[in-house]
Amino acid sequence: MERSRREFLKIAGVSAAIGLGTGPVIEAVAAATGHQAAPEAQVAHHPEALKATRWGMVVDTRKIESAEQIERMVEACHKEHNVPMLEEARHQIKWIWETHFHNAFPSQSTDRISEHLEHTLLPVMCNHCENPPCVRACPTKATFKRESDGIVMMDFHRCIGCRFCMAACPYGSRSFNFRDPRPFIAETNKAYPTRMKGVVEKCNFCVERLAVGKLPACVEVSEGILTFGDLNDPDSEVSQLLKENYAIRRKTNLGTGPSVYYIV
Amino acid sequence: MNDKGKIVTGLVIFAALVTFPFWYNLGKAAPPPEVVLTEKAKAAGECVMPKEEIRTEHMQLLDVWRDTQVRDGQTVYINAKGKAYTMSLSNTCLDCHSNYKDFCDRCHAYASTDPYCWDCHIDNPKEGE
Repeated sequence: MERSRREFLKIAGVSAAIGLGTGPVIEAVAAATGHQAAPEAQVAHHPEALKATRWGMVVDTRKIESAEQIERMVEACHKEHNVPMLEEARHQIKWIWETHFHNAFPSQSTDRISEHLEHTLLPVMCNHCENPPCVRACPTKATFKRESDGIVMMDFHRCIGCRFCMAACPYGSRSFNFRDPRPFIAETNKAYPTRMKGVVEKCNFCVERLAVGKLPACVEVSEGILTFGDLNDPDSEVSQLLKENYAIRRKTNLGTGPSVYYIV
Repeated sequence: MNDKGKIVTGLVIFAALVTFPFWYNLGKAAPPPEVVLTEKAKAAGECVMPKEEIRTEHMQLLDVWRDTQVRDGQTVYINAKGKAYTMSLSNTCLDCHSNYKDFCDRCHAYASTDPYCWDCHIDNPKEGE
C-alpha cells in the first residue's frame, strides 16, 4: 500500500474541494425549505396599550383601614396570575403580600412609630428597581429590566431555577416553585399560564394587563390605596402624589432604586 | 490475510445488525396522523399562517411570538393577509385548537417530539377531563 506524495496530495485536494463545495449547497437547500417566520408578517402594540417610561406605584398607607383591604389585593392578583395556595410556609408563592412596617422598613423603624403604622399591615411586592440586583444575578437573562418602561420582568421559559435572583433580591419578592403548582390553584384563569416546578416567579406589575390597556389587578381593587402611573411624567397621578406628600421607599441605602413608594 | 473469512463474516453481521431497524420495519410505516379540528377551528377556516406553513413552522412562529410578546410587549400579530391576531399560545392558538389530545398530541407523538408547552399553558378549555 505504498502511496506517492503526489497521489496523496491529489486525494487531499479533491476531498477539500468536495468539503468546501457542499457548504453552500446545504445552505441553499436550507434557505429553499425556509426555516423562518413569514417575513411579510408584522407585529404591533395593542391600540389601547398603556405606555410609560418608568412605571411606578404609590401606596398611601394613611388610607389603609383594615387587613381585608390588602387581602382583596392579594386575592385579585393571585387569581389573575394563577398563583398557587400552598400551606407549607417554605413552599409558599407570593406576588403581593402584607407585612408590618418594621419588617418592610427595618432601618426606618424606631421604638416609637405612629400608632397607625404600628398596627396596620402594608402591602409589599416586587419594587421593579431602577438598578435591579436580581437582573445582574440571573445567568440566563430570564429576568430582565424592560428598557422601554422599567418593568423588571421574567421570561419563565428561560428560567433554569438556580435561584440566584432570590438570593440577590433584598425584598424577598421572589418565590420558587418547589412543587408543581397546578394542583394548588383553586380556580385557574385560563387567559394566563401557570408555572411549572423549578421556576422562580414574582410580581410583574401586571404587564399583560398594561399591554391591553388595563391597570394592575391590585390597583383596581385597592379603593384608592394604590396609585399606578408613570414616574417620569411630571403630570401623572403618581408624580402629583409624590410632589404633595412625603413618601419613603424600602431599603434605599442598598441603591436599588425601588419604584414603589409608601406615603407615611 | 488469514483472517479474511472471519473479518468478512463479522462485517456482514455488523451491517445486518446496524440496518436491522430499517428492514425489520420495511413496509410497516405508521400511517401519518390525522388531526381533528374543533368546530371553532373549522368555522374560522384559516389559521394564522397558511396550512402548510403553520404545519412545518409553528414552532418558529411561537418562538418569535414569545420573544416579541415577553420582551417587547407587543401583542398584536398582523399576518401576510393583513389580519390581526393576539400573540398568545394560551388565548389564540389553544382557543381554537382546544382539543390537545386529538390535535397537538397526534403529530407530536408521530414525530416523537415532546414539547412541554402545556406544563404552563393551559389547554384551553379542558374538555373531557
